Amino acid sequence: MRFLNRSVGRLSRHRRRPFAGLVLLLLALALTGGLYALLSPASSAQSDQTEADKAAKGRALFLVSCSTCHGQNGEGLKTQDGKLLGPSLIGVGAAAVDFQVGTGRMPMAQPGAQVQAKDPSFSQDEIDELAAYVASLGAGPAIPSKNDYDPSTYESDKAKQEAVTLGGQIFLTNCTACHNFTGAGGAMPRGGYAPRLLDTDPKHIYEAMLTGPQSMDTFSNGNISPQEKKAVIAYIESMREQPGYGGFSLGGLGPVSEGLFAWVVGIGVLVGFAVWIAAHTTRSTKKKGTAQ
Amino acid sequence: MTEPHDGSHEIQAYADELLPDPGLEEHHWRPTDVDPKAERRAERQVATLFTLSAICTILFVVSYVTLKTGTDGQVWLGWGASNLTLGLTVGGALLFIGTGIIQYARKLMADEELVELRHSASSSKEDQATTVAALQASLDESGIGRRPLIRNSLIGAVGLLGVPAVVFLKDLGPTNHDVTESQPYAGAGLEHTVWKSGMRVVRDVVGTPIRPGDLEIGDLVNAEPEIIFGKEKGVSLEESEVLEGAPLQIAKSKAATVLLRMNPDDIVSPETRNWSVDGIVAYSKICTHVGCPISLNERTTHHLLCPCHQSTFDLADSGKVIFGPAGRHLPQLPLGIDDEGFLVALSDYPEPVGPSYWERNTHSVRDIFEDWQDENGQAAEQYGYKETDL
Repeated sequence: MRFLNRSVGRLSRHRRRPFAGLVLLLLALALTGGLYALLSPASSAQSDQTEADKAAKGRALFLVSCSTCHGQNGEGLKTQDGKLLGPSLIGVGAAAVDFQVGTGRMPMAQPGAQVQAKDPSFSQDEIDELAAYVASLGAGPAIPSKNDYDPSTYESDKAKQEAVTLGGQIFLTNCTACHNFTGAGGAMPRGGYAPRLLDTDPKHIYEAMLTGPQSMDTFSNGNISPQEKKAVIAYIESMREQPGYGGFSLGGLGPVSEGLFAWVVGIGVLVGFAVWIAAHTTRSTKKKGTAQ
Repeated sequence: MTEPHDGSHEIQAYADELLPDPGLEEHHWRPTDVDPKAERRAERQVATLFTLSAICTILFVVSYVTLKTGTDGQVWLGWGASNLTLGLTVGGALLFIGTGIIQYARKLMADEELVELRHSASSSKEDQATTVAALQASLDESGIGRRPLIRNSLIGAVGLLGVPAVVFLKDLGPTNHDVTESQPYAGAGLEHTVWKSGMRVVRDVVGTPIRPGDLEIGDLVNAEPEIIFGKEKGVSLEESEVLEGAPLQIAKSKAATVLLRMNPDDIVSPETRNWSVDGIVAYSKICTHVGCPISLNERTTHHLLCPCHQSTFDLADSGKVIFGPAGRHLPQLPLGIDDEGFLVALSDYPEPVGPSYWERNTHSVRDIFEDWQDENGQAAEQYGYKETDL
């Protein structure tokens, strides 16, 4: 008790300091915020809410963050001169929302040739709610389950190896034209590009094939079957683990980066070496016959 | 300048006035010239460099023999060990020889400085006059100018000598027409592919047939004819009819096709619409420029881009070239549906696929379509085709 009294006394001595009021205010705010976060009804929401509840919450999020371009009912909007502001979302399905919002492409930072991936603005729960709302607008592809896309769910190593082989052939036939045979991506017309696949989440790769984001073709389940899609993902994963057999991959972008490296670094080093050789004199100030 | 204008004298005149010859500087010796210890050290350095090169070469052979390649090869620091050591050792071997030679030349080879005067590059006036006079004299003596009969017959005879070369070159190989006539195997030659009426369009790699209902708007399928997978209407072919080896690879590369489902309202040209099924169109995958395989399609615009030289084709409008160096539109494969509901070709491509060649004609899409309809229209009706006047 004496100890407490002494501490309070010590603190109390500071009460007339110039910043005492500010510190007290901040402490009070932090306490209020903390208590609210603990006790407020929002954070105690149950996870077993119905799809309708989720869709309702998703609609609230949608009205705030998406409706400016996609319209209040997801019907799509055009600008006054007839250009597309945001496409209709009716029938794009939950998978499209999970991909676009989950990779941070939506909400879009700015219009342009390419929608950039960035850190997602919503939590996975919020994305699920948005997806539930957009799925309620019209039937479309659903978010795949882990078993659909995750190559670690193959029952044996042999099954996985077979999938990698099949997936490689499908990848080389259908995907390399734009995404490069190393999966490093590549340039597309009018400033667009096909993104690099090596760091993309397997779920997002699956959803991209299913829904065809931006100018990508769709590879629906009638085109490339779900098993084949999983095999393609297994192949992309195997490329991630592959060591650089040819040394530095230089981004795997082909002749552009390799040529640039050869011209700038390769020839640069040789020129530097030549300059260095010529800059060092081999001459001596000594006369012949004097040094013995 | 009253002196006669022969070049060397003129240069001399300027040099006398403007630049007095400074002569050679006093020669500075190299340490290796004056110090026997330095000389021996340089000698040892050069020999060491050559020895290092030899060691690298030996290491190259050793690593080539011992290190494994392929998927089960050794990996060092995330790199394939074999390629890494092969590159480093052969690079080192060449580098050490080069460095050794430079060190040798700079430190030990003879070190003399000397002056070489520059001379005019042209011949002297007298030599030029003599040569021209000699040429003129021989022309006059031959009398070729006075005898046009001889001159013209000579020009004719020499010119005609080109003809045997043309005749020989023409018959070096079978012409495209000969190949088309003889057909050593299905779809041989540049004029045709293995596609034919009623052949099913199947997915590349897996070889499964496609129903229109399988595809959604925006789907792109890389397709091949069913014969590539040794089947006809889902039934395996007899062994004698199955393509294999080089003919299989040639047939596969020429028949490669991209299948695209678009909104039927997006299709622009009536030819494309007539050859499509429910918005599904099929085009050759071989660029008409120099034959690269193309499948960089933009779903939103239906533009197919060739990665080699950026030729761009509009798939909604008869494969028209809208950008790039390609000279001809992309050939379209007429599609129909067989009695089991699978997509089939109504015929071979109505025109040769791939880049242009010597005997190839170019016609408008309308002419190609009308010729095709006259020839194949009736037979195509069994696959749901309706003859139309455009």
